[in-house]
Amino acid sequence: MPEPDSGILQRKDEIVRALQAVLAHSDVIAEPLETRAYECDGLSAYRCPPLAVVLPTSTEEVAEVLKLCHREKIPVVPRGSGTSLSGGALPTADSIVLGVSKLTQVLEVDFDNRFIRVQSGRTNLSVSDAVGAEGFFYAPDPSSQLACAIAGNIAMNSGGAHCLKYGVTTNNLLGVRVVLMDGTIVDIGGPMLDAPGLDLLGVICGSEGQLGVVTEATLRILPKPEGARPVLIGFDSAESAGACVGDIIRSGILPVAIEFMDRACIRATDAFSGAGYPDVEAMLIIEVEGAQAEIDAVMEKITICAARHDPVEIRQSASEGESARIWAGRKAAFGAMGQISDYMCLDGTIPVSQLPQVLRRIAALSDRYGLNVANVFHAGDGNMHPLILYDANKPGDLQTCEEMGEDILKLCVEVGGCLTGEHGVGVEKRDMMAAQYTDDDMRSQMAVKDVFDPGWLLNPAKVFPLTVSAGHRIATGG
Amino acid sequence: MAICRPQSEAELAASIAAARTPLAIRGGGTRGFAPQVCCDDLDVTALRGISLYEPGALTIVADAGTPLVDVQAALAAKGQQLAFEPMDHRGLLGTTGEPTIGGVVAGNISGPRRIQAGACRDFLLGVRFVDGTGRIIKNGGRVMKNVTGYDLVKLLAGSFGTLGVLSEVALKVLAISETQVSVVARGLSDRQGVAMLTRALGSPFDVTGAAHLACVAGNTTTMIRLEGFTDSVAYRADRLATLLADFGDISIDNDGENVAAQWAALRDVREFSNRPGDVWRISVKPSDGPLVGDRMHKITRAQIIYDLGGGLVWLLVPAGTDVRRALADIDGHARLERASDPKFATFASQGPVLDKVSGALREKFDPRGILNPGLMG
Repeated sequence: MPEPDSGILQRKDEIVRALQAVLAHSDVIAEPLETRAYECDGLSAYRCPPLAVVLPTSTEEVAEVLKLCHREKIPVVPRGSGTSLSGGALPTADSIVLGVSKLTQVLEVDFDNRFIRVQSGRTNLSVSDAVGAEGFFYAPDPSSQLACAIAGNIAMNSGGAHCLKYGVTTNNLLGVRVVLMDGTIVDIGGPMLDAPGLDLLGVICGSEGQLGVVTEATLRILPKPEGARPVLIGFDSAESAGACVGDIIRSGILPVAIEFMDRACIRATDAFSGAGYPDVEAMLIIEVEGAQAEIDAVMEKITICAARHDPVEIRQSASEGESARIWAGRKAAFGAMGQISDYMCLDGTIPVSQLPQVLRRIAALSDRYGLNVANVFHAGDGNMHPLILYDANKPGDLQTCEEMGEDILKLCVEVGGCLTGEHGVGVEKRDMMAAQYTDDDMRSQMAVKDVFDPGWLLNPAKVFPLTVSAGHRIATGG
Repeated sequence: MAICRPQSEAELAASIAAARTPLAIRGGGTRGFAPQVCCDDLDVTALRGISLYEPGALTIVADAGTPLVDVQAALAAKGQQLAFEPMDHRGLLGTTGEPTIGGVVAGNISGPRRIQAGACRDFLLGVRFVDGTGRIIKNGGRVMKNVTGYDLVKLLAGSFGTLGVLSEVALKVLAISETQVSVVARGLSDRQGVAMLTRALGSPFDVTGAAHLACVAGNTTTMIRLEGFTDSVAYRADRLATLLADFGDISIDNDGENVAAQWAALRDVREFSNRPGDVWRISVKPSDGPLVGDRMHKITRAQIIYDLGGGLVWLLVPAGTDVRRALADIDGHARLERASDPKFATFASQGPVLDKVSGALREKFDPRGILNPGLMG
């Protein structure tokens, strides 16, 4: 990270007083003991306490804070629930963390027009909960959905297990109220489907909190299907499982989810969550939705596809309880792995057709670096999550792990994929951007930043390699 | 006025870098946009060809000038399609030419299935384009999930060439459904019709089209499309007909060819072809659709088609009708799709702040203001 601005550090007391002038005292956190709680997000290898933390209670208060920081040229790090796996909410020492955790209200629910409008600090799962009784749900379902905030989902364009059918955040986001760095409050989009001009909503979503602070979101809600049922299919090789995925998709079936786990991950997760997974080399969890008879029919087609790839076990869920256990296991996979080892979670996406080849090459890299890899990922859309296991207490192990991670991500790009499918670039993959994009490619993205935040104050030092962004930051005084 | 027809992306970049006059960017020319200022034509139709098609990965990559029919034919041969159902403007606008895939993306052209599957922008995985300075830029890629860097893919979709000239697009595709049926009611008022669409869209039966055609007064058609495997469609159609029974006689059209033809006609707004008047495309909250209808009927003779559950209102009104003024207090926006006299701007304002942001973005991507100048604002 760049050197903190010593001028800002020296003015801490004055800045805190100015923040306290626009917010309630209890919504400004400046004691070092308390700001420590905000020193990192889900990527805990990187830590840095911020200058101060503010927790505004309204859009207007967010605007006041940003106006102040804009005037005083103080960097601002927006924060949802702090579950980012890429360091998206990592502070700098001279920054103000702007948390939206007190903005949690449901503002409007409209079932006829199939949307909900919420404040952005609301958690992902609680959005679905707010509409569940009427038979609706909010589709994007990241594994962290119990904790993660809609604000963070929008910043990172989060996905989830069920986005094969329903898409990711950007496909389910209808509008936002966003506060620009100079304090301007503006609404983009709304309950209608199309933008009148340029699709600004489309570029706000996934901009990692660098273009503005989203305080409200209008989200598309969908009627729940009549039923849903997962099936577990076990294989004695990862390649068979990978080939089966392509076969299912080619046959015209679009399940809501196709999840992949390898033996390392299956064993850890099963021991942790009691999901009842078979002990096999590779397993697919495929979920189908609809009425019982429809599910039966599609399951039969899936079984026919699977049969061509020598499955060792095919087991359909027989009850709602079993289905819930199957999914609870999958969503607990990262936590389960964390119990047995330190790990680094990657997030590259590859073309589905490359799955068998990439799994083979990851295994070869694992041999070469001497670190084990557990694989758990969204196979239907090629979004891999290889977990590289290492020992944080063993000198050099983290570095070896990071080198191996870089090689895996470069492999993803080489076969036609990308560095990150749903976790975001953050600080974690910032310096790898050149593997995927040329300087010109990045400059065109940074041009958008120049327009929305000319001073480069919002969520500094993320996404773009510092060497590439230097000219922009200096040119604009950021 | 000169015409420039680059043969490759590199030539495209060179000709934009060397341009001394504004450029009117043309794919098939089926939108019939007339340049606001004196322009040279930049014809991208020589950039054509499908460079990658992987049915198992649901992905196709094509040069921007590739005729849409070529893309559709390649997909159909493998039982797949562009699920966002792009409209063919030729009938409505009285234009000729061959729509290109780049033109579809540049206009974010999407049809009735947008209500369920999403718009063109939701299927666009990646783009390559040349900005106004002649730089070749890529964004996104060819995979389904990609959050690496900012999403310029969405920004380029629907930017009508004003941020850059597309050279290549990568799209997600989906399987063509085994069966499609329409669940139909006739003679409903606009309000009843949209209420019926609302109930269907709130049901778990996975509706992929929801339209109310009120072009002929007293003889309206309300239609809901279901697609999928044959047994599943039959089951859902039956359940839906029961759910909607209190709206009157509900019939189920099982004739696949007829169903396909009707939704294609709706997609292309063929009802308004060869009929005099201006055509507007109004985007509103679906339940406000009938309000738009009421308002227009009050001030003029209007023909109306409600698509997307009421959220997209197609209007045929006498030439020169100030639709934006008539609807000023309804939240939404109106785009002028066809007019004999360019009295009104094609695109609505987004308000002062967003208009300024959009203008600043155009200035960054096209500092000399040479790409389709004045088209969007």
